[in-house]
Amino acid sequence: MSGIAAAFRRHPELMVAAILVVTVVTIGLVNPVFWQPSNLFSLLRASVITGILGLAVLLVMLSGGIDVSFPAFAIAAMYLTVKAMIAWGFDSILPAFAMATGIGLLLGLVNAVFVHYLRMIPLIVTLGTGTAVRGFILGIVGTSQINIDQMPQRLIEFGRGQLFSVTQADGSQTGLSAMVLVYALIALLVHLLLRYTMVGRGIYALGGGEEAARRVGFNIRQTTFLVYGLAGAIAGFAGLLHGAMIWTANPRDMVGLELDVIAAVVLGGASIFGGRGSVIGTILGGLTLIVITNSLIILGIDTTWQRVVVGLIVITATAATAWRDRKRIA
Amino acid sequence: MTAIAQRLRRVDTNLLQLALLTVLIFAAMAALNPERFLRPYVFESITFVAPELGLLAIAMMVAMLTGGIDLSVIGIANLSCILAGLFFHAVGAPRGPELANLAWPLVAAGIGLALCTGLLAGAINGLLITRLRVTPILATIGTGQVYTGICLVLTGGPAVVGFPKLWGLIGNGTAFGIAVPLIVFLVVAALVWFMLARTAFGINLALIGTNARAAAFAGLRTGRTVFLSYVLTGGLASIAGILLSGRTNAAKSDYGVSYLLQAVLIAVLAGTNPAGGRASVPGIVLALAALMLLSSGLQIMRFSNFLVDLIWGGFLLLSIALAAWRNRTR
Repeated sequence: MSGIAAAFRRHPELMVAAILVVTVVTIGLVNPVFWQPSNLFSLLRASVITGILGLAVLLVMLSGGIDVSFPAFAIAAMYLTVKAMIAWGFDSILPAFAMATGIGLLLGLVNAVFVHYLRMIPLIVTLGTGTAVRGFILGIVGTSQINIDQMPQRLIEFGRGQLFSVTQADGSQTGLSAMVLVYALIALLVHLLLRYTMVGRGIYALGGGEEAARRVGFNIRQTTFLVYGLAGAIAGFAGLLHGAMIWTANPRDMVGLELDVIAAVVLGGASIFGGRGSVIGTILGGLTLIVITNSLIILGIDTTWQRVVVGLIVITATAATAWRDRKRIA
Repeated sequence: MTAIAQRLRRVDTNLLQLALLTVLIFAAMAALNPERFLRPYVFESITFVAPELGLLAIAMMVAMLTGGIDLSVIGIANLSCILAGLFFHAVGAPRGPELANLAWPLVAAGIGLALCTGLLAGAINGLLITRLRVTPILATIGTGQVYTGICLVLTGGPAVVGFPKLWGLIGNGTAFGIAVPLIVFLVVAALVWFMLARTAFGINLALIGTNARAAAFAGLRTGRTVFLSYVLTGGLASIAGILLSGRTNAAKSDYGVSYLLQAVLIAVLAGTNPAGGRASVPGIVLALAALMLLSSGLQIMRFSNFLVDLIWGGFLLLSIALAAWRNRTR
């Protein structure tokens, strides 16, 4: 028994994985419809955007900060890029994603300037930048939704791509979105950065304690700019990917999404005090959150309960992490 | 003694700067719209709209005083007045004259119910933060979701419309030619000011916010004091909810969402240190006046609400930059 407890403590991801397995098995027992390939594929597809944004939040939380501006950045990057694609008549995928990522990067660097040079609490900085960017997009760029008939064709084709498809019991075809592969690739890159590069270890060090990290020789300014810049870039990329996946560019989209994403990241075992958390945990946390919130209907629970469920997940997960880290704080 | 004198001087310069800002904004808005801004109607409408935001800002300030934050204030405000509204609909006929002319003891019971909801919601936040040691950001993000979620579950989405006349008086009425909500705000602000500046509770809060560990070693009952501060925050949020629903004659799960950033902005602009230890009720009143003048001036100039959001967000960032600059030169 103590062996299991020790394993859980050494690998917090195991705990999240166990929660995910229990959740999936329970839901599957209540309603076997859950196991249909179409449902499983749609859950995986739904976890792509939350998951990629979760990686951005993970980076910030590892460094000891928090970010609530990323949905606004994602939407800004997506809307500006799609507008530019239509206005300038280009529809190649690579430049489009480069542009969205670049916009996100620039906005992220603004966060970094405020957090590093002006020494302001990240929550308040990102609350300000998020609101300002959202206000800029809706107040100056435009409020109208770009629908499928105006969306760049190649973007839609890209978002429509499937890895493979299977025939279900009732004869209908269902496929797994290729965007899952994009998610996996980004997750792998962030994982490699965090685990095997010096700047990645610097993010953990900064979250563990700024002064300590400085004295061991980590460049705090460089690390802070990397964290917020990369988080912004990932958010910008995810924003355009979201537009490609739903075939519309809606500047009012993703309002309130920050709460779901933060819930996923803390469920994945990341600590808001920084220095603790992993890519694998975040992926599992994101999957668990998506599985729970998207399975309310097949569980026969009214969807108005979704907010309550997400809130309870945040509270339970953070209380559990606080309990895990209790010795560190005391 | 010199420390106290220095502190007083610092607070005073901050208030002076705020007063200057208010005058500047007033002059700018009057110069930009000479005919339409300097009308009694403009200022009268501010006295009805500003109080609810002011109460939320004071609530935010109380949470920030100990280095925390309360992101659930909007959820608490909405839940309080939705519960009161549903209570009124249960005891009076919905929308009928019986509801409008509900007797004062029942209206008083409704006010009691709303206040108790706020205090209880605040107590839950306080327990999570002090007993379970969840960080205020995540605890109140989680409970905010739960409170908003309960609003959705109770109402199913649409607004609870129709409140008794007496209830509406709190948000709409005038007494001695002054808006009742303004009177409520000034009385509550004076009470909170007294509590923070002249009682042991308030001084303890500031000490805990300055250095929690030192306060604990000095023998202060930090847990209990912080807990009570979140109860107070919850109570203030529910009063804001009463004013909001009294003014609009309706209560809804997503009312006042944009107030969250504005409450944080006013608290920060008022000289509250989000890291804890410093707060000023007179600062809140001045910052509130400045920002209300700004937003009604912009509305007169037909700025869209999104542009006003952009300006609020920009203002928050600007005030952070100013605070950083002020601290550097000192």
